[in-house]
Amino acid sequence: MTTKLEDTDAAGIAAALLEARRAAGSPAMGMVMTLVIVCHEEDTEESIRIAQEAAREHPSRLLAVVMGSSRGAAEISAEIRAGSGTYGEMALIRLNGEVAKHADSVVLPLLLPDSPVVVWWPSAAPTDPATDPIGRLGTRRITDAAEVRTGKTRAMLIQCESYAPGNTDLAWTRITGWRALLAAALDQIHGKVTAVDITSERISPSAELLGGWLAARLKAPVTRHRSDGPGITEVRLATRAGDVRILREDGRSAVLSVPGQPDRPVALRRRPIPELLSEELRRLDPDEIYEETVRWLSNHDLKRRPKRASSNGRPNKQNGRSGRTASKRRTAKKSRS
Amino acid sequence: MKTPARGYVNPLREPEDRRLPRVAGPCGMVIFGVTGDLSRKKLMPAIYDLANRGLLPPGFSVVGYARRDWVDQDFAKIVHDSVREHARTDFREEVWGQLAEGLRFVSGDFEDDQAFEALRQTIQDLDRVRGTGGNHAFYLSIPPKFFGAVVQQLKEHGLADEAMGSWRRVVIEKPFGHDLESAKELQAELGSVFPSGSVFRIDHYLGKETVQNILAMRFANTMFEPLWNSNFVDSVQITMAEDIGIGGRAGYYDGIGAARDVIQNHLLQLMALTAMEEPSSFDARSLHAEKLKVLEAVQLPRRLDLSSARGQYAAGWAGGVKVPGYHDEADIPKSSKTETYAAVRLNIDNRRWSGVPFYLRTGKRLGRRVTEVAVQFKKAPHQPFRREAIEELTHNALVIRVQPDEGVTLRFGSKVPGTQMEIRDVNMDFAYGGSFTEASPEAYERLILDVLLGEPPLFPRHEEVEASWRILDPLVDYWEHHGKPEAYPSGTWGPASADAMLARDGRTWRRP
Repeated sequence: MTTKLEDTDAAGIAAALLEARRAAGSPAMGMVMTLVIVCHEEDTEESIRIAQEAAREHPSRLLAVVMGSSRGAAEISAEIRAGSGTYGEMALIRLNGEVAKHADSVVLPLLLPDSPVVVWWPSAAPTDPATDPIGRLGTRRITDAAEVRTGKTRAMLIQCESYAPGNTDLAWTRITGWRALLAAALDQIHGKVTAVDITSERISPSAELLGGWLAARLKAPVTRHRSDGPGITEVRLATRAGDVRILREDGRSAVLSVPGQPDRPVALRRRPIPELLSEELRRLDPDEIYEETVRWLSNHDLKRRPKRASSNGRPNKQNGRSGRTASKRRTAKKSRS
Repeated sequence: MKTPARGYVNPLREPEDRRLPRVAGPCGMVIFGVTGDLSRKKLMPAIYDLANRGLLPPGFSVVGYARRDWVDQDFAKIVHDSVREHARTDFREEVWGQLAEGLRFVSGDFEDDQAFEALRQTIQDLDRVRGTGGNHAFYLSIPPKFFGAVVQQLKEHGLADEAMGSWRRVVIEKPFGHDLESAKELQAELGSVFPSGSVFRIDHYLGKETVQNILAMRFANTMFEPLWNSNFVDSVQITMAEDIGIGGRAGYYDGIGAARDVIQNHLLQLMALTAMEEPSSFDARSLHAEKLKVLEAVQLPRRLDLSSARGQYAAGWAGGVKVPGYHDEADIPKSSKTETYAAVRLNIDNRRWSGVPFYLRTGKRLGRRVTEVAVQFKKAPHQPFRREAIEELTHNALVIRVQPDEGVTLRFGSKVPGTQMEIRDVNMDFAYGGSFTEASPEAYERLILDVLLGEPPLFPRHEEVEASWRILDPLVDYWEHHGKPEAYPSGTWGPASADAMLARDGRTWRRP
């Protein structure tokens, strides 16, 4: 069921949500969170579809806030959808004119009482999500550097630098499978990792994050190599016993090589966004490991790196966390066969 | 996860990194009785679902063992079909590919020395080509009378020997014996081959999210535990009802009956989790200690005739379908005294539960399929409302719905809208299906993973099994020598004697 509201306000939307829930015959609220999607008109339907798919696992009140032009007289229109085909309930709210600068005033009264609020920017995100007016309402803020149209790596670095507890980026979520496999491999190979090589397509925020994580955790130099993708295609950890290597060329299945053991195929699929979002929504407390990783990245000279070179894995002691003072030391690209 | 000896800490693992799943180390599983229903409908799909969720180690291998003239490919086809049909998650070629490479089949019966030798070869082979590292779990999905023979064979062919740094485990399904004596025999047989930490007894109920949630609900919250004692609780009803009959299981079921089949394991385990004291931690040892303590405090009432009931389903209409009675089922002798419904009142002799009866009931061909634990609270000692106003108010209740429609219901009184003061029971529902849709894994997934990880908290230990038989044996023995089960029409909630049993205590059964 869809209800359209023109020239309305938060109270009008709240009343329509309640009405729609009653009409659907289920006045009980099984919803576990409010998910606010901040998007542009052209992404709206796709983002809602993704959020609703994720909501199958986490029934939520979805508030899709579409920002129009902030010029002209304030105007709020809304579409309420509930009942068949939707899990939880959802309001699509379009803001035009002056009110677009005060979107938080519309969202705040519509948050579910006393339950977590997650804000998701499906593509472009504010430079500092935690101080953004809507971002401030959230306990979790989810950005996606890989979905930004241009300057993906830069977008990720901006997110690294403005990290605040509760922020995460889907570029990080994308590498959970890689991280799990690598961690499992090091359950068995106990030697120190002396070097890390990561091969990925040229622009890959996920590869940057994976490199940051491995560098921060293993205290070993990380070298990036370029391939045609898709995404990350190979990770190699050099240990005294030999190389741990995961090779994934088709974006679906990988081969795991561990010293002293036969090569084994492993399913390592690039996951669609609804699955990533579901994973994000599973844990609503700050992700400390992500924090450690982004701190490492913004403390190192990744930002000033030329496109084809690599980062030096050694921690830089003198710089602050802004990254602007990051060291200019670089190593030449190391090449492993 | 194997904890290595030299204090090695995996730099990529961090307790706070909860995105990283628990993945077992390299290992494989050997399934005996792989052609059976359980294996096809539950085990195979669960293994696939685990692989699909990235929880199985790379190289994980499954060896099927059965008396069929199959080669590996025939086996792979069977597994493929059962995964396609029964798996919970989407079928993906790459996941299947990962799994399919590690499927092997060994043909033979349980006496066949050659076949066990072939099994040993196969496992060694897998260690080499799949890197399973000598770690293997033997899943005995076979009738319990063969358990002894199989573990002896495993021993004789060196399959039970753990090489340095690797493990061998054995997994068995209920029934764990049919009385105390046979349970002890079984334990002696298993114990002579596998140390008790390597024997995993699967009670699939304990793998269910709702059952684990009993512990979360009781011990993570403040608002239930203060009421969880004889000061506030009037009685507890634990029900496991099935709407189906015995189907083709006559050979297993006749002579066993509802009490041994269900009360001894599922219901007593549910009761233990509901009634036990807070464990000092959630590791296996503390949980077992608390469960065992409460099971040992359970007493059968002295007058078994007044505090138990049993029945046998008769022909009738169940859910709009005409169904035969127990005596009309194939291969059931007309003289069979096996009960298909059993109910009993148990007392727990400790300070917390003294005077609170626990009513346990189970049956086949009952009104609907449902498993639940209902905690009924006492009525308020005084009501300021007039008697007419609270006529429709009964006991407050907290119901843990184990299946289907997993969740928790809280029943309390509320004012009926209108000008008059009138109070009526209302329900407040928490549904797993509503709050955490679809993420909830099948019980077998959780249990298989725990076997591979070597984490036993969800598996009953033999002491618990023996304590349960100690409770039940006198009842079954009493039934053996007194009277016979009372017939009840299929599709109803059991025999009249069960209702009379509660009526004597001034209570009624919940309609679940």
